Amino acid sequence: MSKFRKINIDGTEYEVPGEYTLMQACEEAAGAEIPRFCYHERLSVAGNCRMCLVEWVGAPKPQASCALTVNDLRPNRDGTPANIRTNSETVKKAREGVMEFLLINHPLDCPICDQGGECDLQDQAMAYGRDSARFDENKRAVDDKNMGPLVNTIMNRCIQCTRCVRFITEVAGVEEIGLASRGEDAEITTYLEQSLSSELSGNVIDLCPVGALTSKPYAFNARPWELESVESVDLMDAVGSNIRIDSRAGAVLRIMPVINDSINEEWITDKARFNWDGLSRQRLDRPYIRENGKLRVAEWDEALSLAAEKLSGDPRKIAAIVGDLCDAESMKALKDLMISLDVKNIDCRQDGMTIGSDYRESYLFNSTINGIEDSDAILIIGSNPRLEASLVNTRIRKSWLAGKTTIALVGEFCDLTYDFEHLGTKPSDVLKVSKGRSGFSKTFKEAKRPSIIIGTGILNRKDTDKILNYINILGSKSNLITAQWNGYNILHTAASRVAGLDMKFLPGDGGLGTKQIIEYSKSGHIETLFLLGADELEMSSLESTFVIYQGSHGDSGAHVADIILPGASYAEKNGIYVNLEGRVQIGMPAVNPKGQAKEDWSIIRALSGHLRKVLPYDNLDALRSKLFQDHPSFSGIGYIDKPANSNNLDVLPQKVIKALEDVPFVNPICDFYMTNPILRASNVMAECSSIADSLDMTEAAE
Amino acid sequence: MSARRLSISQPSSFELSDSANKEINKWIKKYPKDRIRSALIPALWIIQKDAGGWLPELALRKIGDMLDMAYIRVYEVATFYTMFNLKPVGVNYVQMCGTTPCWLRGSDELKVLLNRKIGEQNTLSNDGKFSWLEVECLGSCSNAPMVQISNSAGDHYYEDLTAESLENILDELVAGKQPQQGPKNGRFSSEPLGGAIALNKDLSFKINILNKLPNAEKDTRVNYYEWDPKAKRATRRGWVDPKRKANSDPKKRSGNLGRDLTAGLVDEAPDIARPKRSSNTKSKKAGK
Repeated sequence: MSKFRKINIDGTEYEVPGEYTLMQACEEAAGAEIPRFCYHERLSVAGNCRMCLVEWVGAPKPQASCALTVNDLRPNRDGTPANIRTNSETVKKAREGVMEFLLINHPLDCPICDQGGECDLQDQAMAYGRDSARFDENKRAVDDKNMGPLVNTIMNRCIQCTRCVRFITEVAGVEEIGLASRGEDAEITTYLEQSLSSELSGNVIDLCPVGALTSKPYAFNARPWELESVESVDLMDAVGSNIRIDSRAGAVLRIMPVINDSINEEWITDKARFNWDGLSRQRLDRPYIRENGKLRVAEWDEALSLAAEKLSGDPRKIAAIVGDLCDAESMKALKDLMISLDVKNIDCRQDGMTIGSDYRESYLFNSTINGIEDSDAILIIGSNPRLEASLVNTRIRKSWLAGKTTIALVGEFCDLTYDFEHLGTKPSDVLKVSKGRSGFSKTFKEAKRPSIIIGTGILNRKDTDKILNYINILGSKSNLITAQWNGYNILHTAASRVAGLDMKFLPGDGGLGTKQIIEYSKSGHIETLFLLGADELEMSSLESTFVIYQGSHGDSGAHVADIILPGASYAEKNGIYVNLEGRVQIGMPAVNPKGQAKEDWSIIRALSGHLRKVLPYDNLDALRSKLFQDHPSFSGIGYIDKPANSNNLDVLPQKVIKALEDVPFVNPICDFYMTNPILRASNVMAECSSIADSLDMTEAAE
Repeated sequence: MSARRLSISQPSSFELSDSANKEINKWIKKYPKDRIRSALIPALWIIQKDAGGWLPELALRKIGDMLDMAYIRVYEVATFYTMFNLKPVGVNYVQMCGTTPCWLRGSDELKVLLNRKIGEQNTLSNDGKFSWLEVECLGSCSNAPMVQISNSAGDHYYEDLTAESLENILDELVAGKQPQQGPKNGRFSSEPLGGAIALNKDLSFKINILNKLPNAEKDTRVNYYEWDPKAKRATRRGWVDPKRKANSDPKKRSGNLGRDLTAGLVDEAPDIARPKRSSNTKSKKAGK
């Protein structure tokens, strides 16, 4: 392990790992505060802002503490550890000098700057700067650059820290931002001012220590001190990124990441960050009832009575499907209600996938998000993790950049931001990996911690069982599942899916699954269908069915609905969510539900009253107690079960090669920005989507 | 210098010539396969020559594709180095050195001339035949001031220029002639102005004592101090090491080539030239 070295910081001797930078040593060991602009702990060290200067006693000049490691220091001549000063007169002078230079060309437009109030430069100028500048010459002026619909640029404010360049290059994996020209003319730009195409581009807004890159949709909306913040969970994909929802006067104004090293590190995707304008558009704020083909406004009692009437019929002709953004409580309430009505046609898998009835490991991302970084061979099957779980993809990229892993893909070819071997697009190619003895097959079988990432695109095929069987065979030939490691990963795309599977929101004995429910609805065998936020179904089949839609947005589900029960969106309710690795998290409400909308579980509770099947809980706590009691896996908030459980995955080799279909895998997500009702309601996402389309078009044209 | 941007007028197509392609590939082969982007600067240079002295946007992309790197990375490098022209240059592209030696020897006059004959720097002349740019040292300081003129005949140095000689050169170029490269004050290469003397047999008889620095307005008294270790310095007030004892016979001193170089010269103020010594040293010296 690392060798510890002694170092004297501000007169006290500390022992720190030799590979620590001076900045780490000063901050972690000595608790000294080191100002910085260009340094960021998740990016490479650039050392160009010079703000982190410290004094190394005996050295002729101050040293940049972010770029000098403790190992680089030689001891003093008498053999005592090197002396570092973080609060001496030299350091103060050095910081003042650097700050003065940084401010030479920085405009004094803090009063109209969106970064004002949360600006590193503003704060550090207060703490470490001189009281006035001595620069009398003209300031430089830089043209603003276009970076797309998300990132606003005011390049006069740029201090060339290059954090954005390093983020886009290293983490996002698309080299699109660069530092053009040099010296006084240096400017941050994209190539020919093209829009950023990265799905993580919004993070440069957080990274920018000044107001040069700010959020375009949020521009001039609010000041940070006016906002109320609530920490919650992102539902735009199944990763469960931790977010902070900032709101003012009942309106969500922005969403920012919260650091969680086990999940999203410090990043969130663009759809997590910019979906908030969708929260105030296309909202269902009152109950509606369809009469003579037209929806009319109704009262809650009226709507619930009608729904109760329709749901009290023959339970074999009633079905319920839940969507992608539901909290666990509402699903639990709906499940309990359906059980009390003796309805067995319930399903939480609106994409029609067929897994989930088994033990928990069969549908989780077992290696965990952190764990995927330890995997030394990754086989991706039928998935594009960049679009389906961008932050899992950054982990894979991180591991790939460090040279720790080899990656192969069976499925649609796509740009994953790292190199991979493309082994084919069809189920039979999985078989080849399983049978192969050279190339990636060999690497995979010899790997100590191999992992397989299975996209949901292969889970709703006719031959899903067969494919999974071959994956199991491949697993049995490798170290996929050992006592310490479980590399069997399902990459879910829906935030509510794992919670639904955990509580077995699945067809009961003889009940129908999603596909059959839709088929039977078309043929008229299902008369009443309850959709809890389910919008990704084939709605044209439901025209003859009586559809009760409960949800937050007027999307495809509401268009065919006969009764609309307005629910709360994720920013308006307190709910439990389970991410793809099985981690239970709580989302908090930032604002109130719109209009007459209610928290979803309470609507179902009220409906149960109208059905005279009153659910045994009157408040959220009671509901949660029931949930924890029935499904103990929900009780460990923020905690994740030990992933490795070797005995839990059946390996049943069968030889049914002919049953494999000769149909290529199709990735579940083709439009990253349009995957759920909130995103489809958002103007910002619509713009991103059209730009992404045009980029695809130009690429195709070339 | 203002921010360097791509030219607004860009060609609609760009074809790399076979020879340039071959040469770039030669450079690419010099590096390991995953490091071929190391060939970026030579590749840009070659493609700039190929494209007529500047880099159209399509050329940048071509390089990006050839070296398998992002266009922005190519753009960063192309905008960083001023030797890469992002705007079209004239048929004759004049790079005038404005660094200290050339400036001391009169590059300002050349600048005035170029401004008059061609126009503002970094813009094409009206006829499109010329453009010029003030650049940093081109490494021909012994022949200052100088310009480099690049055209289809190649890159040529014109040295020891005056405004008149440069004007003649430009006139010749306008007339379609290719002027003779090299110094324009009559000397060959960077030989001394009076001709090559270093290997002459009768060196000791022909040597001229330099009493006027080339650029100086009036005669300079050049003093060869007897204690000057090498006795070669042409300075007004050479550095003196008082500790050193020179040979009493000037002709036997090393570096004096058997002659008494100080003969006939009067040392005007040798005491002023000497660095101040502490009184202690003086007294010691006096004691001796």
